[in-house]
Amino acid sequence: MQPALEALNVRKTYGEHVALNDVSLEIPDRSIYGLLGPNGAGKTSLIRIITQITGADGGEIRIRGERLAPRHIAEIGYLPEERGLYKKMKVGEQLLYLARLKGLSRTDATQRIKAWIQRFDLTPWVEKNVEDLSKGMQQKVQFIATVLHEPSIIILDEPFSGFDPINANLIKDEILALRDKGATIILATHRMESVEEMCDNIALINRSRKVLDGPVSTVKDTFRTQTYSVEGKGRLMVVHPDFEVLEHHERENDHFHDIIRLHAGTTPNDLLRYLIGNVEVHAFRELIPSINEIFIRRVRETMPETLVEEPVA
Amino acid sequence: MPSNFWLIAQREYLTRVKKRSFLIMTLLVPLVVAAFGFFIVKIATSDNDTQDVVQVLDMSGQRLGARLVSTKQMQFKPVQGTLETVKKDYLKSEADGLLYLPAGLSLEAPRGVQLYAKGNVSIRKQQAVENALDKLFSEDKMLASGLSQEKLDALKTNIDVASINLDESGKEKNSNALATSGIAYALALLIYLFIFMYGVQIMRGVGEEKSSRIMEVMLSSVKPFDLMMGKIVGIAGVGLTQFLLWGILSVGATSAITALFADKLTATAKTEMAANPGGTERAAQVMGGAEVASADNAATPADPAAAVSERFSVFKALRGLPLGMIVVGFVIYFLGGYLLYGALFGAIGAAVDDQTDTQQFMFPITMPLILSYIIGVSVILRNPDGPVAFWMSMIPFTSPIAMVIRLPFGVPVWQLALSVALLIVGFIGTVWVAARIYRVGVLMYGKKITYRELSKWLFYKG
Repeated sequence: MQPALEALNVRKTYGEHVALNDVSLEIPDRSIYGLLGPNGAGKTSLIRIITQITGADGGEIRIRGERLAPRHIAEIGYLPEERGLYKKMKVGEQLLYLARLKGLSRTDATQRIKAWIQRFDLTPWVEKNVEDLSKGMQQKVQFIATVLHEPSIIILDEPFSGFDPINANLIKDEILALRDKGATIILATHRMESVEEMCDNIALINRSRKVLDGPVSTVKDTFRTQTYSVEGKGRLMVVHPDFEVLEHHERENDHFHDIIRLHAGTTPNDLLRYLIGNVEVHAFRELIPSINEIFIRRVRETMPETLVEEPVA
Repeated sequence: MPSNFWLIAQREYLTRVKKRSFLIMTLLVPLVVAAFGFFIVKIATSDNDTQDVVQVLDMSGQRLGARLVSTKQMQFKPVQGTLETVKKDYLKSEADGLLYLPAGLSLEAPRGVQLYAKGNVSIRKQQAVENALDKLFSEDKMLASGLSQEKLDALKTNIDVASINLDESGKEKNSNALATSGIAYALALLIYLFIFMYGVQIMRGVGEEKSSRIMEVMLSSVKPFDLMMGKIVGIAGVGLTQFLLWGILSVGATSAITALFADKLTATAKTEMAANPGGTERAAQVMGGAEVASADNAATPADPAAAVSERFSVFKALRGLPLGMIVVGFVIYFLGGYLLYGALFGAIGAAVDDQTDTQQFMFPITMPLILSYIIGVSVILRNPDGPVAFWMSMIPFTSPIAMVIRLPFGVPVWQLALSVALLIVGFIGTVWVAARIYRVGVLMYGKKITYRELSKWLFYKG
């Protein structure tokens, strides 16, 4: 299937500063794509190029194979990290205005606004000024504004910030529903558990370069370290030619909890066979790196000289 | 999406027009204008309603007091007695003043004349008395020097200078320097106020959009140029609406108020015309009634007859002006000037984060505007064809004000064409610069903006 969006060797500079250096991405249709990276890595620059707020200095963006053009504006919905609405404008008017700027007719927009307003329980607030709404409600209005024109590509920059857990879940379900209806979603976030939960593919950008991308499962696979967590009862040999015990914790009544890494050529079954022959096994689990760990590791690798900002877990 | 520009302009227009402050300003200003007009009319009429009565105690023995000419504003009433008794009587009377002409008052030494009043003597009253006495004394002196009464009458002239404007085709036009200057001044003020008031609104509007962080949402839908121009045009609409309403309401309110006093005004004007020839027998002997009226007008310009005749000459002068050129030119410079400055104000709003930082960038933009106004109403108004006028009406930053000041005086067509062409070039140039600054500035936060930084923005690739 043709990708919904491709970035080919995109480059962007601001004076001396290189914001994007030769970044290429391929975002599959009808998927949720996690765009990760520390602050200032170049995510926003890339998003602004896709949304045509700025132009790239080199390379190109393709939407379903077509070179990015002004007509694609109506196909893209963008929720920026810096939220903003006209404070003195009524909720209903505001949504209508933003929808019409995306090319919707007045009647179409009015109908859709009504449906979304009901769905998000905002009906009593339609005639209120935006500044009279709570932050969470403003965020909901902003989310509606992003998806009102039914864009096929939706870019969400930190969509969960400012939401309480209940509303964050509501938004999450809406995002998944939009994907199921056929939209492609680009999710830029520092909430790694959301990435694990929702994303089909990810890309990691650091210091204006893409340092990692692919399906979440593949990425995790490549970062597997053949490390296992073992709990049981008995005495475990600490030195063995086939594996290495990284951590050893003794518990009461002869119980233990070890972290074991296999040496190359050893399979988990080899380890299990050894364990079964020597101790009583209570738990055996592979330690698969979380996206969070991968993120930190990869960023550290590509940015050794500076401090890395910890992602919000 | 070209329709977006109009959507933006529409929103900018409607949100502002619907504001309560717009309504208040729209109603308040005409009320102030009307109140001011009322005040002036009130003064004009009350001035004519009251005739000051001045008692005259004439001890000179030369029948000077009897010969003092009463006017609409001042009536001289001879009284008899000693100074002491007359003073006492005066305090009890309703008279406004007491003029004392002492014994031995001679043409050679006109000293010792005193004017008593119940409060401070107003300059106006004092001058009226002095004028009346002056007239008597100078006539007497001329008679004494051997002039016959006939010669003296013949010497009296009543000069009314009609200024004629010769245009290139040699056609004569009736011009009235005062009316022309008045129009020039009014047009310049209108443009100046409009640019300032609504230019600042553009700047604030952009600043608000920036600080509310809606720019990124907007720019993912519309081009920054559309956003900027939509705002400028929308606010221009607000301004035009407000000016139009002000004009209509001011005229309405003022005419409503003057209507209340209109009967009085025309009545006083008529009685004055009728009363003067009869009331002043000496003058009536030598001059026609109408001339008396105009002679009086010269002395007291506040009276309604003068106002009527002056208004008449304004209309007369208007007919002699290049009205077509003024109207077309005004519209061009009004819009051109507003767009040129509006774009720059928009750029400032986009460049700075904080409204308080606007000052340093406001200055170089407002300076040519203020300068062209100040120099305009002083130097150019006095010498509308001089070199200062010429150059300032060519530079796009000063021409909107400088040229409209020159328009009523007549401007050679080639100068007008050149100036308009330069204005258009200047307008395109500033909009280009402003759009570039705007485009980068609206998404730039937390950066200290310097001119160096701004100039870099001009060359950022879109």
